[in-house]
Amino acid sequence: MNVSILTICYIIGSVTFILGLKLLSNPATARKGNLIAAGGMFIAILGTIFLYEENGSKLGNYAWIFGGLLIGSVIGTLAARKVKMTAMPEMVSLFNGMGGACAALISLVEFNHISKELAVNNSSEYVNSIQPTVLIIVLGLIIGAVSFAGSMIAWGKLNGKVKDFSFTGQNILNLILLAVALGAGVYLVIDPINSYLIYVILALALVYGVLFVMPIGGADMPVVISLLNSFTGVAAAFGGFLYDNKVMLTGGILVGAAGTLLTILMCKAMNRSLLNVLVGSFGGSNSSAATGGKDQGHYKEISLSDAATIMSYANKVLIVPGYGLAVAQAQHSCHELEKILNEKGVEVKYAIHPVAGRMPGHMNVLLAEADVSYEKLLEMEQANDEFKTTDVVLILGANDVVNPAAKNDTASPIYGMPILEVELAKNIIVNKRSMKPGYAGIENDLFFQPKTSMLFGDAKKVLQDLLSEIKNV
Amino acid sequence: MQNVLQWVTNNQQIIYIVILMVFVGIEVIGRVPSVLHTPLMSGANAIHGVVIIGAIIVMGKAEADNYLALILGFLAVILGTLNVVGGFVVTDRMLEMFKAKKKKVNTD
Repeated sequence: MNVSILTICYIIGSVTFILGLKLLSNPATARKGNLIAAGGMFIAILGTIFLYEENGSKLGNYAWIFGGLLIGSVIGTLAARKVKMTAMPEMVSLFNGMGGACAALISLVEFNHISKELAVNNSSEYVNSIQPTVLIIVLGLIIGAVSFAGSMIAWGKLNGKVKDFSFTGQNILNLILLAVALGAGVYLVIDPINSYLIYVILALALVYGVLFVMPIGGADMPVVISLLNSFTGVAAAFGGFLYDNKVMLTGGILVGAAGTLLTILMCKAMNRSLLNVLVGSFGGSNSSAATGGKDQGHYKEISLSDAATIMSYANKVLIVPGYGLAVAQAQHSCHELEKILNEKGVEVKYAIHPVAGRMPGHMNVLLAEADVSYEKLLEMEQANDEFKTTDVVLILGANDVVNPAAKNDTASPIYGMPILEVELAKNIIVNKRSMKPGYAGIENDLFFQPKTSMLFGDAKKVLQDLLSEIKNV
Repeated sequence: MQNVLQWVTNNQQIIYIVILMVFVGIEVIGRVPSVLHTPLMSGANAIHGVVIIGAIIVMGKAEADNYLALILGFLAVILGTLNVVGGFVVTDRMLEMFKAKKKKVNTD
């Protein structure tokens, strides 16, 4: 009876996960989707605590279980409530790492049970019967540990605590590490009595996770986090195999598949293959070849008052936010600018490149935080239609996503990447901190075109100065 | 080899679930506009927190004298809960903004 109710709980859980992800795909229903999935999770968790039975006996240690749930809930809620919008991506990475660690710990404890049994019963029938279980445990452990270690490094990189680090032969070393870990895993499956190997595998997987993410540049972290997210999904699914638990299985595989697709979509938006992100450090290898090329000529600067004037008398202004806006946390100043220009009868919209910022959709979240209305955010295709009729494009800390080389220069490393075609507009004002190249490490011809002018400085400060200038116009 | 084939036969239900879920996952994500990619990643992150169920089972099965299992299990429950609760709350915070903003548009 109890087991049947638990099965129903799990079915509800699985359905809400699918439904939740589906509703998350539409801005109008997204929040509901998240709450539905959370509700399903709650039912599945409660059902497990009170109804789960194995060989006729119920779960014990309620004090430990509720203690853990309470501690986790309090810390999780506080951390999630307190975090700044700009720090959202690293928060996701951190939580993802927790899930990976959880999967790895489950594997460790389950293996510990098995090796205790083995110490008593070493018959070949018993060994044969547990081999599939050991395989699942080993795979869950490797994937969970890689996901945990990788997510911690990604988290550290995004908040600036961990610097890029690579050495020659690192890729080969990584492959060797992974091969040794898998080899040890196979050996353990064949001969499960060598229980110490589980710790060797754990250590190798952790080192692999660290070295795997270390050389990848900070701007590629979204792709890495998305990939690690799907890894954790797969690790959770292995937990489902282990306990023959359908809700873990469906939830895990769902996230594994969706996360992998999302990762590929992100890579596509940057015109790179996943392999290239993971193996090649893009900026390092290509920059020298690309920058050494032709003489770019001169760029011109624009004064704040001039910039204020042409924007105040424009009919339509499009703002292109980028990484620089996120770093300077200038989203509120940006919205101020929009409001003050609106009062002067200027139409203001935002052109959002799919990979602007630190994560796809990051700019939307940031601008939403500053109360910018959803209708004013144009996706790339819409924006490209509107640039022709735009008087002023204001680029705030974006670079590669507006580089015309992606369209014109077949030799450019970013050739073929879809970009915002800002050069169709009448005037272009570029706010950057310096002339330093963007993440791809290449010069941007746009900055040297006659209709482009540069406005140097931190995005937030420049916007605030611009605001006071516009008030004076 | 015999073992593997036997295992496939015994677990065909699970194998079917995996195959179907892969397609469901891909279909569901395929229609998401890029605007929602960050909240979606965060929401998916919360969903794989379902691994908490495994942690609860491990914890609940641990014998009172098995300190390794108790401590690791307890840690697993905490970490899994962090993943679930933190994940859903962060996602909700992101989406809350989309909603608040929409309302404002309607009243304008």
